[in-house]
Amino acid sequence: MTHNVYIYIAIMAGVTYAIRVLPLTLIRKQIKNKFLKSFLYYVPYVTLAVMTFPAIMEATQSPIAGIAALVVGIVAAWLGAGLFPVSVLCCLVVFILELFTV
Amino acid sequence: MKSHNKALVKGFRDGIPIGLGYLAVSFSLGVAARSAGLTAFQGFLASLLNNASAGEYAGFTVIAANATYFEMFFMTLIANARYLLMSCALSQKFSPETPLIHRLLVGYDVTDEIFGITIAQPGTLDPYYTYGAILIAAPCWAIGTALGVIAGNLLPLRAVSALSVALFGMFLAIIIPPSKKNKVIAVCVAISFAASFAATHLPLISRLSSGTRTIILTVVISGIAAALFPVREEEAEHDA
Repeated sequence: MTHNVYIYIAIMAGVTYAIRVLPLTLIRKQIKNKFLKSFLYYVPYVTLAVMTFPAIMEATQSPIAGIAALVVGIVAAWLGAGLFPVSVLCCLVVFILELFTV
Repeated sequence: MKSHNKALVKGFRDGIPIGLGYLAVSFSLGVAARSAGLTAFQGFLASLLNNASAGEYAGFTVIAANATYFEMFFMTLIANARYLLMSCALSQKFSPETPLIHRLLVGYDVTDEIFGITIAQPGTLDPYYTYGAILIAAPCWAIGTALGVIAGNLLPLRAVSALSVALFGMFLAIIIPPSKKNKVIAVCVAISFAASFAATHLPLISRLSSGTRTIILTVVISGIAAALFPVREEEAEHDA
């Protein structure tokens, strides 16, 4: 079965908007449940990490360039570089390495 | 009204660097959208309606896999769960008598960056400040995605390959700084990398779509972390 891209987009948009707007309109108090609060606290880091590796190796033409971008990105972010500089650095690493390896 | 204008202008000014960053990152999101089979208009629409890097990327993997609508629903819920936490924090920043319309409009674009500059404003929230930032950031995000879909076709393979890691670079810039401050997060990130790698090779789980694997791993790892290392009140508010 082939799915409709516009229905996919509508589902994404509806869920995303609900996630953002429901707390703003409904919850006027702090979440009290400690487990739920902790779970929500860890979710972003875990989900981003899971999506980053090993996918970064598959995104590039050579897996080694992907790994190198991962390492350089981690080091740069660790040293305090922001979103934009880290992104650009990762791109440069892949571009330069693939000049030699691909 | 005059003070609203001032807040609008200030928000717009603070939104310019965010918009420039968005142009670059959403361009690479557009490259991902293109490989998932989306047209430039569909990429534009998805970004205009979602304003979510990781969430959209996750959504595009669902589209690429031609997975079920339910999977899209659940994937978006998980990938964007952090916005729930941000909106919870943001709800405390509104003055109690703020009309519903402002809550509905600000909710349109609660991203890591817009949340960051909004929550950093002193006192209760003037929604016009956030509108100013949204006015520049949201169009940049949507246009950048469309350009990524279009130029992804024109650029040489080598350039596409390089740009496709921009998004991962941004993810790293989000998860690494908190890992430096909090050992539990650092361990979670390391375990997530290892588990995600293992899941693409182990029997059974490797046969699931990458979206489903992401959901399962996220729920399991975050659940275990939450059970073993409950977060103290102050931490949850400051780092989120």
